[in-house]
Amino acid sequence: MTQPTIDTSPKVSDEVRKTTCYMCACRCGINVHLKDGEVAYIEGNRDHPVNRGVLCAKGASGIMQHLSPARLQAPLKRVGPRGSGEFEQITWKEALETAVSWLKPLRDSDPTKLAFFTGRDQSQSFTSYWAQSFGTPNYAAHGGFCSVNMAAAGIYTMGGAFWEFGQPDWDRTKLFMIFGVAEDHDSNPIKMGIGKLKGRGAKVIGVNPIRTGYNAVADEWVGITPGTDGLFILSLVHCLMKAGRIDLDYLARFTDAPCLVNDDEKSEDYGLILRNEAGKALVIDRRTGKPEAFDTPGVQPDLAGSYRHAGVSHRPVLHHMAERYLSNDYAPETVAPKVGLKPERIRAIAAEIARVAFDESFELEREWTDFRGETHKTMVGRPVSFHAMRGISAHSNGFQTCRALHLLQIILGSVEVPGGFRFKPPYPKPATAHPKPHGSAQPGKPLDGPHLGFVHGPDDLLVDDQNRAKRIDKAFSWDNPMSAHGLMHMLISNAHAGDPYKIDTMMLYMANMAWNSSMNTSQVMKMLTDTDESGEYVIPRIIYSDAYSSEMVAYADLILPDTTYLERHDCISLLDRPICEAEAAADAIRWPVVEPGRDVRGFQSVLCDLGGRLGLPGFTNEDGSTKYADYADYIQNHERKPGIGPLAGWRGKGDKHGRGPANPDQIAKYIENGSFWVSHIPADAEFYKPWNAAYQDWAVEIGIFDQPTPYLFTLWCEPLRRFQLAAEGKHRLSPPDHLKARIAETMDPLPIWYPPFSDVDESFDVHALTQRPMAMYHSWGSQNAWLRQIHGRNLLYVPTKIWQANGFEDGDWARVTSPHGEITVPVALMAALNENTVWTWNAIGKRKGAWALDEKAPEATKGFLLNHIIHELLPPRGDGLRWANSDPITGQAAWFDLRVRIEKVAAPKEAHPAHPPQKSPVSEAPKNVTRKIGA
Amino acid sequence: MTSLPSHTEKSLGLVIDLDTCVGCHACVTACKGWNTENYGAPLADKDAYGAEPVGSFLNRIHSFEVQPETGPAQLIHFPKSCLHCADAPCVTVCPTGASYKRQEDGIVLVNESDCIGCGLCAWACPYGAREMDPVEQVMKKCTLCVDRIYNENLPEEDRQPACVRTCPAGARHFGDLADPESGVSKLVAERGGIDLMPEQGTAPVNQYLPPRPKDEAPEFDVLAPYLEPVAEEPRGFLGWLDRTLEKIG
Repeated sequence: MTQPTIDTSPKVSDEVRKTTCYMCACRCGINVHLKDGEVAYIEGNRDHPVNRGVLCAKGASGIMQHLSPARLQAPLKRVGPRGSGEFEQITWKEALETAVSWLKPLRDSDPTKLAFFTGRDQSQSFTSYWAQSFGTPNYAAHGGFCSVNMAAAGIYTMGGAFWEFGQPDWDRTKLFMIFGVAEDHDSNPIKMGIGKLKGRGAKVIGVNPIRTGYNAVADEWVGITPGTDGLFILSLVHCLMKAGRIDLDYLARFTDAPCLVNDDEKSEDYGLILRNEAGKALVIDRRTGKPEAFDTPGVQPDLAGSYRHAGVSHRPVLHHMAERYLSNDYAPETVAPKVGLKPERIRAIAAEIARVAFDESFELEREWTDFRGETHKTMVGRPVSFHAMRGISAHSNGFQTCRALHLLQIILGSVEVPGGFRFKPPYPKPATAHPKPHGSAQPGKPLDGPHLGFVHGPDDLLVDDQNRAKRIDKAFSWDNPMSAHGLMHMLISNAHAGDPYKIDTMMLYMANMAWNSSMNTSQVMKMLTDTDESGEYVIPRIIYSDAYSSEMVAYADLILPDTTYLERHDCISLLDRPICEAEAAADAIRWPVVEPGRDVRGFQSVLCDLGGRLGLPGFTNEDGSTKYADYADYIQNHERKPGIGPLAGWRGKGDKHGRGPANPDQIAKYIENGSFWVSHIPADAEFYKPWNAAYQDWAVEIGIFDQPTPYLFTLWCEPLRRFQLAAEGKHRLSPPDHLKARIAETMDPLPIWYPPFSDVDESFDVHALTQRPMAMYHSWGSQNAWLRQIHGRNLLYVPTKIWQANGFEDGDWARVTSPHGEITVPVALMAALNENTVWTWNAIGKRKGAWALDEKAPEATKGFLLNHIIHELLPPRGDGLRWANSDPITGQAAWFDLRVRIEKVAAPKEAHPAHPPQKSPVSEAPKNVTRKIGA
Repeated sequence: MTSLPSHTEKSLGLVIDLDTCVGCHACVTACKGWNTENYGAPLADKDAYGAEPVGSFLNRIHSFEVQPETGPAQLIHFPKSCLHCADAPCVTVCPTGASYKRQEDGIVLVNESDCIGCGLCAWACPYGAREMDPVEQVMKKCTLCVDRIYNENLPEEDRQPACVRTCPAGARHFGDLADPESGVSKLVAERGGIDLMPEQGTAPVNQYLPPRPKDEAPEFDVLAPYLEPVAEEPRGFLGWLDRTLEKIG
C-alpha cells in the first residue's frame, strides 16, 4: 500500500513579531506568527528570561482573545439607565471632550472628587504619575484586593517578597514548600521550577486545603484548615528553635536578631530598637562588649548582648523571639486541633526542613565581601525554599501570617543564599527606601507626592486632625495603617456611603468592579445604580476603559475602548513591576504587532492626550502644548529623574544601559532584541544581595539605587510597634478609641497568629474558598472560545464528609449561606480536600449579555460567583461603624475568611442569584469558529 | 479495511510524566493553535460562544481522583492524545484507507481527502483519542506534529510537537521509542514507564511515567537527630542560646 505524500515542511508564517504576552500578569515573551498580515499562531519566545520558550494555556490561546467578538469597537456614551447596557457610539473627539468637561472642573475646584483606580494594570508607574499630576489622592491599583499582605509583609520584613520580588533558587533547592492559592504569580516560572525539582527528584510539600494544581503533584500534601497557616508556621518555628536548628551566624550578621529592644514599660520608646544619633540600629560588638552601629566595619554582633543605657534595659530581638516561640503556645500539641493536623505531622515537617537546611547544606566556591568589609571564601547553601501568594494573604490575619513565613525563612538562613530564596532586582530594597504615601490635595495642583508607599508610624498616616481618612478607600488611616496598595474593594462602597466623603467621578481601567472583582457583587451593582433624592446617581459619573464588553461596561457613563495586547505599546518597567530574574535585571515592551481594525486607542495614549487637554504638569510643555503624542512617546522620552526612564535598555545613542539620556529610537532597539532587555548580575554579586558590596555597587551602576543601601532583615517590625505605642497612649497621635484594642492586639512587632475575624459564629461551620484555574488565572474573562471549552462552568466542590452528611448525589444543587447572603449552586464531590472546606473556580460565572456570550451560555446560567456572599464589611456590631472585611494592618480584602452553611436543595433552572441580562454593546458573536489564515 | 505496516523504521511518540503534569492545559491550546493553522482542516469550534460549545481538540487533559489504601486522596492530571499504537485498531477498521500508520516513523494519520466521516475509527479506539471535527465532519487526531518535527523552515530545536515545546513543567518528552538509546527510552526505563490499558492489545507507542509515591511517612525518627531539643528544660534565653551555639559549633 502506498502512503499519501504529505508536506512535512510547510511554510510556518510570513513573519514573526516578538512581543510580550498579556494573557495574565506573568509577562512571558511571545513569538507572534503572521500570515497575510494577520495573527496566525502564538508560541513562547525561547530567548526570553521569563518563560524560555514555554507558554501556558492562556498564552497559547491569545489569538482567540485578540479576535474575541467581545472587543469594543468605538467610544460609547450611555443612553439607557446604568446597568442596562444601552449605549450610543460616539467619536473620540466627543469622548475626550466629555471627559475633559467632567474632569477639568474637579481639578480646578477639588481634585479629591476624582477617584482613579486601575485593575490589572501593568503600567502603574504611569497611571499613578497621571493621577499625581491631576492632584487626586484617590488612586490605587488592584493590589489591595489581591495580595498586598504578601507584598507588604515581605518588604517590611526582608525588603522584598515572592513573585516579582524574588524566586526560589530552582536549580539548587532540595525542598520546596508552597502555601495556599499561588498558581498565578508567577505562573510559568513556577511550573518550570517545579519541573526542574521533579526532574532531579527534589521534594515538594504543598500546604493547601485543596489538592489541585501544584498541590496535586506535591510529594506531600498538607490539607490545612483555612486561615491557620500562620499558626502552623509558628509551630514549625517553635520546633526548629527548640531544637536549636536555626542559623545563628546568619541571624547575627544579617538580621536585627542582635538589635536591642527598649525594655522599659515607662519609656516612650518602649519596644523600639536602640539607635545612635544618626538613626542607625545598635548592636553589642562581641569583641568589645560595647554598642556599635550595626554596619560598623568589622563589628561582630552579639546575639546575647543585653545593654543598659540611661537607666533603661535593652534586650536583643532574639531574646524576645525565644521568649515567644519557645513557649508551649506554639507547640505542635497546642496548635494541632486548630490547624487540623496531627502534632507528629507538624514535627515531621519541621524535622524535614531542619534536615535539608542544615544536613544537606553545601557551599559555592565564590568569594564575596559583605557590607562590613569582611570577605567570605564561599557562599553557604540552605536548600529549603518557600512560595506563597494570595492563599495565605487574603485573610484578616494575612499580614502576620506572611510575616511568619518570612520569619521561618530567615531563621533557617535561607534567604539570598544558594538553594534558598533569591531576590530579583530592583529588590532587595528595604521599606525605608520606598516612598511614604502622600494624600494632600489642592485645587489645580499636583498631589504632594506619590500616592502609595510605606508608612513607618502614625506620623505617616493620611488622616486629618479629626482622624478622618484623606483617601476615599481609607488607605493609610487608623483602620488599616499600612495599606501599601490601597483598598480598591472599598472604593465603591465608600463612595456610595459618602464615607469619608462624596466623590464626583470614578474612573476605572481594566477592573471588572460590577462583577468578579468586587466583594458583595449584587449590592455593588445596586450602589452603582442608586440615585439620591434629586434623582441623580449617588456616584455621579463613571468613566471606564476596557478592551472588552465586560459586566462593568454596562455601569459606566462613558466608555473609552482599549486595544488588545497585540495592538498596543506597553513597557514592563524597572520603575514599576519589572520582569527581572534573580541573576539579571530585565524589562520589556509590547508593541502593536498588528493594527486594530476598530476605532479604539490604548488607554495610556488616551491618558497622555487627556493630560495635555487638562494641562497637567508632566503632560504639557511649557507652551501649554501636549507633551507626549502617545504612550510610546512617553515610554521613550519621559525621565523620572535625570537619566532614569521607563526603560533601562539602549538609552542615549543606544550605547547606555540603566542610566542615560532618553533615546528616540529605544523602542526600535527593543523590537530588534525580541522586545526585552536583560543585564546580568556579576557572579560574586548573585547572592547575599542586601549585604553584598559587589551587588550594591552593581545596583548603583544600573540605576536601581543612588547609593549602596545595605540593611538588616527586620524580624522585629518597628512600624507595627509604633502603632501599638500610639494605641497605648505613648505617641503624639492617638487612634480613635474603637480601634485602640485591635491595633494593640494585631500590630505586634513579632509575627503572631490570631483567628480570622469571621470566625465568630460557629454555626457557619464550613470554610469556602475560590481559586482561578491555571488556564484562566489573571486572564481577561472566559469568553475566550478555546478556554471556555476547558472551564465553561464551575461547580462547588464538596469534601466527602459534608457530601455524605447532606446525602448529595451527582447533579445535585446546594444552598450556600454566609452571614451575609445566600447562593444556590451545583455541587460535585472531591475527596482530596480539607474535610471542612468547599471551593469553586472563581470568575467562571458571567452576567447574561456580557462578553458577547449567548444568554444561554453555561457561564451565565450555571456559572456562579462566591462574591455575592462575601461582604466588604464585617457584620454590624451595633456600634454604627462600618468595619471593613479586611486585614486590620494592610486593608487586604479578606476573601478567604468566608464561612458558610451548606444544605441540599431541589435543582433550580439556573444558579441563584440570576441577574437580568445587560444589553450587549457589541455585535452578536459568530456561531462557529473555523479560522485558518491563507487557507 | 486498511492494513498496518509490518514494521516501522522508527516509533516516534510521546512520554508523558504524570508525576510532573500540573494540569495546566498549555499543551491543549498550543496543539489547537498549531493544528488549526496547519495539517488538514482547521480545528473548528461549533457554537463557540453559545450554550453548548463543541470544538475539536487533538489533546485533552483529564483529571481524576485516586484514593490510595493509606493516606489522603490524590488528584492525577492525565493528558491524553493519540498513542500511535503499533497495533492500531483505528487503522484496520478504516473502510477507505484514510487512516494509516506511517512506515517510516509509525505516526498514525488521517488522510482527510479520503475520510468519509463515518466515525468507525473513533469507535474502535479504546482511548477515545479521535474526535470528529464538528464543522468539517472529518476525523481529527494527533499528528505528532508531523509538519513540525521534519519542518526545515523551523530551527532544529523547534522540530518537536507543539505540546512538547510549550509544556511549562517539562512533563512531555518526544523521541523514538524504538531506539533503546534514545532519551525517551531511557526515561521510560528509569522511571518505569507504562502502556496505557495494555490489556487492549494495541501496543501503544506513547508511554506514561507513573506518579511517584506520595504522602509517605518519613523514614527517620522525627525527633532525633533533627529535632532533639537543645535542652530538656532550657534555663532561660542564655542557656538556650549557649546550647544552640554548641550544637551548631
